[in-house]
Amino acid sequence: MNGASFHSVTLDPTKCKACTTCIRFCPTEAIRVRKGRAHIADERCVDCGECIRVCPNNAKKAVSDPLSALEPFAVRVALPAPTLYGQFDERFSIDRILCGLLELGFTDVFEVAEAAELVSDAAAAWLARTGDGGPWLSSACPAVVKLLQVRFPSLLDRLVPIMSPMEAAARLVKERLYPGRDDVGVFFISPCAGKVTVSRYPQGLSDSSVDGVIAIKDVYLPLRAALPGVTERPLHRASARGVAWAHIDGESDALAVPRAISVSGIADVIGVFEALENGKMKDVAFIEALACPAGCVGGPLTVENPYIARARIRSMEHRATVALEPRFRAGELDLRLEREVSARAGLALAPDMLKAMLLLEETELIAESLPGLDCGSCGAPSCRAFAEDVAKGDAVITDCVFKLRENLRKLGEELIGMEGPQPEPGRGR
Amino acid sequence: MKLRYEVSGEDMSLAGKASGEVKRALGRLGVNPAAIKRTAVCMYEAEMNMVIHGGGGVAEAELSPDRVVVTMRDSGPGIPDLELAMQEGYSTAPEWIREMGFGAGMGLPNMKRNSDELRIDSAPGKGTTVTIMVKFDSSEGTGA
Repeated sequence: MNGASFHSVTLDPTKCKACTTCIRFCPTEAIRVRKGRAHIADERCVDCGECIRVCPNNAKKAVSDPLSALEPFAVRVALPAPTLYGQFDERFSIDRILCGLLELGFTDVFEVAEAAELVSDAAAAWLARTGDGGPWLSSACPAVVKLLQVRFPSLLDRLVPIMSPMEAAARLVKERLYPGRDDVGVFFISPCAGKVTVSRYPQGLSDSSVDGVIAIKDVYLPLRAALPGVTERPLHRASARGVAWAHIDGESDALAVPRAISVSGIADVIGVFEALENGKMKDVAFIEALACPAGCVGGPLTVENPYIARARIRSMEHRATVALEPRFRAGELDLRLEREVSARAGLALAPDMLKAMLLLEETELIAESLPGLDCGSCGAPSCRAFAEDVAKGDAVITDCVFKLRENLRKLGEELIGMEGPQPEPGRGR
Repeated sequence: MKLRYEVSGEDMSLAGKASGEVKRALGRLGVNPAAIKRTAVCMYEAEMNMVIHGGGGVAEAELSPDRVVVTMRDSGPGIPDLELAMQEGYSTAPEWIREMGFGAGMGLPNMKRNSDELRIDSAPGKGTTVTIMVKFDSSEGTGA
């Protein structure tokens, strides 16, 4: 039910100092610090990258593909996320950035922003057809979709069943631009750790058409070095509507659905989903939820500050002049998801409900005896999470420094009590 | 097992905490998502009523393997005409509550729709006790 356990977000144990900073920021309480290092529970991790952002020792990282992954393919197509355009200052136009990618070993580029326009059309058409007033949830952000699977499974049936712009772009390349060929490699240039995971284990699709995912931060330096020298030619085809998907509000604006709200940053996304699960937001038709601050520009694999990147991209949208005609029209390709996105049982205490109930009861008792400071010294994100760990047998009560001190004091008192008053001579033996 | 929470009648920003805790507990038990959502909707509505009309009170959730029974008890003014209160659109909520998006008169009907059993014991001056029962019917599916 939980599928494969590959995750892009991983730990470098040699750098981890067991400082417990990361455990508080994980939205699914997936991290524990035990035996001197952090451990990430695969079944709970949603690849949001929060831990990568906050780790003071750079011990959290996202596994992605190196540029050498291009080598086996004759045709090597880069699919740059529109976020890439905001990584460089105004001297470098989108055309120049796209031409720069061709200097790094790619033989062709296809803007994900171009596919985003088609995805916007498909999603808007789907929303118009359903007749259900919503709220419907965007399925574009892989961390948000996974958050729903783990923490809000009752909302999964609200996902708009249209594939992401990355997947749509890869399919357009393989099925329209290079049909019938098996020597075409398609590589997403990614701000996002979650995209690495879904390129291997896609959500709502049986297979991904993406052959590799390369981090923006890994192409940044070679691309930056190439940019001043490239001969610029017109390659940019996406309109402002597609480019705007790089930041929050971009998708909602592109879909042009009335009564849409957009929310970014995993904590705020959770707030909106909690309200939605409580039956609020009946008057909302569409929710664009993105896990990273300010949207994809805030992705953990980017280089530039998200707010600077967003400002740059917005100014590109205002100046948008596209020399080339769009190649594809709405409805060009079937962009619907192929299967339901199902729940992941990551948070249940036990697979069997009776057993889970016993553990929950025990958790409540243990939690009552804890100080409730959520200090993190035990390696769990909160006293309650620690109580669950103890009930499940994953931790012992004396991992809590306060309980340890309490036990030591008791032990000391017992020792003193055992020594007791000296027996008088002649009494006892 | 029983969970118990005090619901403050003083602080609107804390309204929803108790239902959030029960939602979390049901998730830990592995209850099917559709039943969790139904419980959350009912309890959240009842908790809001308790804060807005009842001046706070006590929320209890009795968990069994096949159902949850939530009891919300306040010592507020009580409901003078229960039949009227159950009608869709009937509301006594003050304007400021309506401005927050509550008080449309859908609370009790919505709770009735989402629960498997709803009982309201109330009399003017005696407070209100709302009892909500939700069954964990596995045939409801995963909600996915």
